[in-house]
Amino acid sequence: MLRIENLKVNYGGIEAVKGISFEVPERSIVTLIGANGAGKSSTLRTIAGLVKAREGHIYFDDEDISSMPARKRVEKGITLCPEGRRVFPDMTVLENIRIGAYLRKDDLTKDIQAVYKLFPRLEERHWQLAGTLSGGEQQMLAVARGLMSSPRIMMLDEPSLGLAPIVVQEIFGTIRRINQERGTTILLIEQNANMALKIASHAYVMETGRIVMSGSGSELLENEEIRAAYLGKRKH
Amino acid sequence: MDQSFHAMGERRRNIVLSLCLAGLLLACCGYLQANKYEYNYAISIIERSLIYAVVAVSMNLVNGFTGLFSLGQAGFMAIGAYVTAILTIPTANRPSVYYISGIHPWIENLHAPALLALILGGLAAAACAALIGIPVLRLKSDYLAIATLGFAEIIRALIAAPMMDRITNGSYGLKSIPGFSSIFQVLALAACSIGLMVLLINSSYGRMFKAIREDEIAAEAMGINLFRTKELSFVISSFFAGISGGMLAMFMRSIDSKTFQVSLTYDILLIVVIGGIGSVTGSVLGAFLVTAGREILRFFDEPFFLGGVQVPLFRPGFRMVIFSLLLMIVVLFYSKGLMGTNEFSWNSICRFFGRKERKKQEGRVPHDGAK
Repeated sequence: MLRIENLKVNYGGIEAVKGISFEVPERSIVTLIGANGAGKSSTLRTIAGLVKAREGHIYFDDEDISSMPARKRVEKGITLCPEGRRVFPDMTVLENIRIGAYLRKDDLTKDIQAVYKLFPRLEERHWQLAGTLSGGEQQMLAVARGLMSSPRIMMLDEPSLGLAPIVVQEIFGTIRRINQERGTTILLIEQNANMALKIASHAYVMETGRIVMSGSGSELLENEEIRAAYLGKRKH
Repeated sequence: MDQSFHAMGERRRNIVLSLCLAGLLLACCGYLQANKYEYNYAISIIERSLIYAVVAVSMNLVNGFTGLFSLGQAGFMAIGAYVTAILTIPTANRPSVYYISGIHPWIENLHAPALLALILGGLAAAACAALIGIPVLRLKSDYLAIATLGFAEIIRALIAAPMMDRITNGSYGLKSIPGFSSIFQVLALAACSIGLMVLLINSSYGRMFKAIREDEIAAEAMGINLFRTKELSFVISSFFAGISGGMLAMFMRSIDSKTFQVSLTYDILLIVVIGGIGSVTGSVLGAFLVTAGREILRFFDEPFFLGGVQVPLFRPGFRMVIFSLLLMIVVLFYSKGLMGTNEFSWNSICRFFGRKERKKQEGRVPHDGAK
């Protein structure tokens, strides 16, 4: 569904992504893991169209979308939940949700009900300003807002950032549900490699702008080097 | 069910209260208008406040709701004012207005009714905004402020330039502009303009503006066209700034390029900040407080005798010291302006008084739930 070929991105004067290629099949959960500064976020931002690629191509359904503006990509069904949640703090929860669907002209009530079903907490707080929500609730709102554009592929940039372990579990559970119930393809980047690898069907490991390893989620979970580098477990 | 019934009752109460308030204000204006020779001064303060309210709300649309720090308001007002003035000065009076350099043949017989002239003035300001928006709106925060400020000064310099003498009458300015015949004209124009802007703010466009203000990156990731949305906000704001400039020209009846100096923009900015950045009712309130405050404080400028001794501080200019002190106090204690980002609503007022009522009634059996 999504194919990246030899993507190079410059970000803030340095070459953040140094020519990576990978694929995201339809209805799968794919994760990119790696340390800080590996170029994960830059990759997602480039796919979303927020940053221009220096070289390489992005194909969505075999169509080259490398030079499309961000809003056209949203229309095609690519949505990014940016890092650090980035909800609109001085707008109400409901307004935030509505903004997510701003490119759509059809009736939204059904979709709003659907995301409320996914996150009942948001329905309780629909009148509250988003800035007053807890971190976990803001992350839920960011996901709900992303879902409102009825994406075919949803990209999540570190959804576990700064959240309590129990909340992280909840969020990952929901991500899996979205994938299974709606058939939305998920491209997830995470520093919390353990969680990400557990739900991913396929995973890529990034290091300083390059993909250094790939495999299925369970394969990488077993891999000695990955365990040592990202999961904090010693080699036996 | 009970709740929705309650909400409906609240809405009906709000409509009744709003109509009462509007009726009361109209009656007050009617009274002032009927005795207009007696209340000349009050009428002029109200008219000026209304005009400032329009431009303050327009500035709030860009600065408060879209989060673009623009300081070009005086420039757009100048465009609106000059277009309105040139189109409405009676043809018979034109030779006496342009007595120095003569009038340009293009505009010699160009005349339009006041309302049309105001709208054309707004459109001219909007067109200029659309043009300069293309390069300028790519800038952020302070840089945008400096660029728009510079633009406003360029407009002013162009108006005063000798080459424009036969159109704008250069530094002599324009006079004999027909004024408003009653306070209701100003009131209607201001109400229409502010009403249209409120409709815009509450529409899905308003949500887009706010999203850009809160987080540009997230807004872009949601598929909002940043540039087009910013340009839209900027152009609409400038349209209403142009309208209010035209109204100011009709109110003052004579204008020159000095009317639209940077200090005018600062005055408007002051109103927006005092009222609350991101609050329409705040801007309207601010316009009245700032305009009226300046006038009411005038007694500080007059000599003041206490027990036969003249207090030395009371001399022309002293009121501005007091005025500035008051502003500082407001900003210190209401750092988000008087209204913050809230809007005036009957519900919040009723809640405020309701709390006091409930305290009085504590201990009694609540009977409104039983019905």
